[in-house]
Amino acid sequence: MTVLDLLGADDATDVVPPVVELRAAARQFPGDPPVNALHPADLQVCAGEYLSVVGPSGSGKSTLLNLLGLLDRPSSGEYLVDGIPTAQAGERERAAVRAQHIGFVFQAFHLLPHRTVLENVLLATIYSGVPRTERRDRAAEALDRVGLTHRLDFRPTVLSGGERQRTAVARAVVSQPRVLLADEPTGNLDSESSAAVLELFDELHADGLTLLVITHEDDVSARAQRRVRITDGHLRELA
Amino acid sequence: MTAVAQRVPRGDRFGAGDLLAEAAAGIGARPGRLMLTILGTVLGIASVVVTVGLAQTAAGQINKQFDAVAATQGAAEAATSSLGGDELALGTLPWDAPERAERLNGVEAAGLVSEIEAEGLEVTTVPVHDPSASRTASTPVMATSAGALAALDGRVVQGRYFDAGHDQRGDRVVVLGADAADRLGVVRVDRQPSIFIGERAYQVIGVVDDVVRRTDLLSAVILPNGTARADLGLTVPQELHLHLQVGAGPLVGSQLPTALSPDAPEKVKVGVPTGGSAVQRSVQADISAIFLALGGVALLIGGVGIANVTLLSVLERVGEIGLRRALGATRRQIAAQFMVESVVVGMLGGLVGAALGVAVVTAVSAASRWTPILDLRMVAVAALSGGLIGLLAGLYPSMKAASIEPISALRGGV
Repeated sequence: MTVLDLLGADDATDVVPPVVELRAAARQFPGDPPVNALHPADLQVCAGEYLSVVGPSGSGKSTLLNLLGLLDRPSSGEYLVDGIPTAQAGERERAAVRAQHIGFVFQAFHLLPHRTVLENVLLATIYSGVPRTERRDRAAEALDRVGLTHRLDFRPTVLSGGERQRTAVARAVVSQPRVLLADEPTGNLDSESSAAVLELFDELHADGLTLLVITHEDDVSARAQRRVRITDGHLRELA
Repeated sequence: MTAVAQRVPRGDRFGAGDLLAEAAAGIGARPGRLMLTILGTVLGIASVVVTVGLAQTAAGQINKQFDAVAATQGAAEAATSSLGGDELALGTLPWDAPERAERLNGVEAAGLVSEIEAEGLEVTTVPVHDPSASRTASTPVMATSAGALAALDGRVVQGRYFDAGHDQRGDRVVVLGADAADRLGVVRVDRQPSIFIGERAYQVIGVVDDVVRRTDLLSAVILPNGTARADLGLTVPQELHLHLQVGAGPLVGSQLPTALSPDAPEKVKVGVPTGGSAVQRSVQADISAIFLALGGVALLIGGVGIANVTLLSVLERVGEIGLRRALGATRRQIAAQFMVESVVVGMLGGLVGAALGVAVVTAVSAASRWTPILDLRMVAVAALSGGLIGLLAGLYPSMKAASIEPISALRGGV
């Protein structure tokens, strides 16, 4: 079966496909006995939605995030990003989709300590194919958007936790992804910084960005307009 | 074209420039570590350059001592051909042969030497024919140009050698070889003694000794060429003697015939030392083999050093690798980045090592008053082999980096 065949299954209409879509996607880790980290799940997130996935640790949140972020493949089922089927796609294609459609924000920030704030944001542009002449402007713009214009030439090591996470958010949005995946974005932050980051998410959402936040904190998930709970590998939509 | 490729807009993809920039940033992030990383390669390359350089210098030194006696003398004479057992000169040397030869690069001194057939020319201190005197071996008479003494490495022990003026005017002056002076009883030249060749008186103006290249001059009476031509019927010069710079033999050998006989170079027979001897080469080979083996071991250690540090760096930067993968880097791009880092580090080590090696060879040579000899190609090869070592050393760490799963890498944090 080719990628085009897969596309043909539902792309005959003019309907805009969901930004991310899980179709009976499951993830099983081999072992004795095998671990069903994610039972077959269906999930559609449309453009402009703000979705949170909430669940205790060990519930399968990380597995779900890895699938959604194209860092892992489902054992069965299909996963589409912007209508592009990815479960069977090659490494290069998945890397290209990851670079151009998905922005990541991690709990641990993952900033390069020896690069300046601006260079850290620039890093995302070189892999996502932003034209060379635009990279610096786009990075500066993204940092302006998160309120870090005064920190461009600082190293992340001298920034506060909140500033680091805002840098990471700037890096995630600089290549204008279709969806922002945030994994416990406030896990390492004090309440004030957390509030600032969540405020930023609200603004990004208001600008039309699709957000998918994975968290175990209820007050974080409460900011989203739509919530999904994951328990023992089962996804359940919350009212 | 796959669906993904169609849908993903293309801008400037991660190219060679980005790769180099990222690798450079990776290397530049920790200058202190860079120093430690390249240390092994620097020492390895430097020791190779130093050992080869010193081997070449030492061999050159041996050459020089060897050459100093044997390899700096040259000679030219008219070519001869044997016709029915008789040697027949095919041409003649010009009288200005020394001037022509000295214009050549590598000729330090040149002088003509001719033997004069002195049949019936008795050399005596008094013009008296004494039939009762016992017959002694006749003293040979020779004619040279003014510069011949320098060309023959001789030394004036008393008085002076004649000069170009004596030669041109045909002055009746002679210089005696040390043995001839003994035989003729000339002890001091400051009293202006004279000797007689046949019936003509010649003033003795000097005594020479140590003419190692033409010992027959020591027992001879030596006249200026001009005098010999005027008085003794010397018609053609016989031999041109040359004092050459070390190593100039082949060059002078190829140019001298044309300089002396432009219209018929083949009529001049030139004897010059050849470039290198088998002895020198084998000495050089022995030394080089030993030192190269040592340098090779040092290089191996340097390579292992780079591999170690690069691997350590990969393990340290697992988070960065995971992040890059999350940002869309492919395994190949990750591998390429670490490869380039390793190669650049190796080349840096090679360059610094080669420079250090050249400096050491120069310093040691200066301290020992040797002429430093170093094949420049060797230096370039040394620097490049640093890059090659980096390439080999980077293979495993790069594969390791490429195999890192972003999921596990991102669990750690910075």
